[in-house]
Amino acid sequence: MSTTATMDVARIGRMLGAQTKAQLLTRMRIPAFTVLSLGMPVMFFALFNAIFGSQKQAPGVTTGEYILVSYATYAVANVMVYNFGIGIASERGRKLDLLQRAMPVPPLVPVAAQIISVIVFAFIALLLLFAYAFLVGGIRLGAATWLDLLWRLLLGSFPMMGLGLAIGYGTGANAAPAVVNVVYLPMSFLSGIFIPFSILPSTVQKIGQVLPTYHYANLGWNILGPGAAYESSGTALLWLAAWTVVLFAIALRIYRLDETQKFS
Amino acid sequence: MTNAAVELIDAHKRYGSVEAVKGVNVAIHPGELVAMLGPNGAGKTTSINLMLGLRKPTSGRARLFGLDPDDRRARSRCGVMLQDSGVPDTLTVRELVELFTSYYPHPMSPDRAIGLAGLDQQAKRQAGKLSGGQRQRLYFALAVCGDPELIFFDEPTVGMDVESRRSFLDSIREFGREGKTIVLTTHYLEEADELAERVIVIDRGVVIADASPAEIKSHVVGRRVSFTTSQPLSEGDLRGLPYSRLDLDRNRVRLFSNAPEAVLRELFSRGVEIRDLQVVGADLEEAFLALTTEAEKETVA
Repeated sequence: MSTTATMDVARIGRMLGAQTKAQLLTRMRIPAFTVLSLGMPVMFFALFNAIFGSQKQAPGVTTGEYILVSYATYAVANVMVYNFGIGIASERGRKLDLLQRAMPVPPLVPVAAQIISVIVFAFIALLLLFAYAFLVGGIRLGAATWLDLLWRLLLGSFPMMGLGLAIGYGTGANAAPAVVNVVYLPMSFLSGIFIPFSILPSTVQKIGQVLPTYHYANLGWNILGPGAAYESSGTALLWLAAWTVVLFAIALRIYRLDETQKFS
Repeated sequence: MTNAAVELIDAHKRYGSVEAVKGVNVAIHPGELVAMLGPNGAGKTTSINLMLGLRKPTSGRARLFGLDPDDRRARSRCGVMLQDSGVPDTLTVRELVELFTSYYPHPMSPDRAIGLAGLDQQAKRQAGKLSGGQRQRLYFALAVCGDPELIFFDEPTVGMDVESRRSFLDSIREFGREGKTIVLTTHYLEEADELAERVIVIDRGVVIADASPAEIKSHVVGRRVSFTTSQPLSEGDLRGLPYSRLDLDRNRVRLFSNAPEAVLRELFSRGVEIRDLQVVGADLEEAFLALTTEAEKETVA
């Protein structure tokens, strides 16, 4: 009995590997996707860093360092929301899931492959941005700080993953890009990712303070010192955990609805 | 325990207010080459979806190798070519075949599957850049690459030109000879006749015939004969002729027959003058009319 179980685990591992590879190749070859998710954050950072980079954001923190963290959160959230939201919706629209569903592969394998490939893309987007910031942008953080930033950005991205999945399974192929932009872009603005949070009007700040992107950015800003962030890492993590639960619950519900509609 | 490869037992499927399948009983045994034949919207695709576990019966049961069709042990023994599904356009033929072989416990080599589908030249081409016929062959490669015992083909030749259709049917026949069980749906009587040993005719959600192609053919009308005559004809003038349905409107005659030559020979010998003669194959709707009315008679009786 236990040997069949191990064989099964090995087989599912093989499926997951093949599925993840296919998923990565599929997305990598769509230029709109690679440019949008890998190129845009670097471009934005390059632009704003060149203009404001050397100014002082907080005691001991330059604006360059501050916006590096902002655009790093933008890069990861961007990959999560666009990749899942638009990617899954368009794949569903072309019924890519139908044939796969008739195969001897557990339905969770393709979902897991989506998640792994998106994390890989987020990682690549961050490495590109960090490399540019270090080599061209003149940003100097200690090795430990770079690593600290990296894991915070990946850990804090779960709510964005949930949001992307909910949009991907909940909208049609034509509506998804619009929904993604309508939901995600204002969220980023209100959270102080594109413009410093401190210069937003206080009513706008009140809205921003509940958004997952706000807490996500704060989790990052904390590595620069307490003066650079608007709340502690602990508070940010609690908020992000709550948002993860809420958004994944919504995504799961939408996923189930879609499944029932198509496969029952 | 039954040893059928696929089974539908009094299966019903309702979508909202529409009952697409109304009590289908079918058992397909290992090694059989079966065509499910019927006009569009007859319930063929729904039946296939029930067999594959893509849809759950509203009532009744579907079994695949004696198991629930969702069961991976059952699905590992099946290959599938669906009418209406896609693959990522940016993956190459080879990458897709490799992906699909990963789903199966004992797949064939990707090269063999690509070769069987006749896509060696296109192995490195992205799916989005294939022609329509090549795309169908890609789906064929994906259906066979797991080296399954049982393969489903849902309307595999739709949109194919004559040449690709011919070679495609040859490949399916080849699989049949290797002892694979094959279930295909089609709305071409000739296709079912050419390929299958057994034809299951579905119309309006019920099985109206389940027999050899020869038997089916003897029950359906093959040809539509129409002509005009110089003098008005009456039904009496056609007495004793081998036709099944007659539309008579003074000088215009339309009838269905499996022996149009005999009908015409007899008419000539009776001295009927015929103009504007047309003999064409009856379309599927017309061909099934005979079967359908027979089935209705049975339900009435």
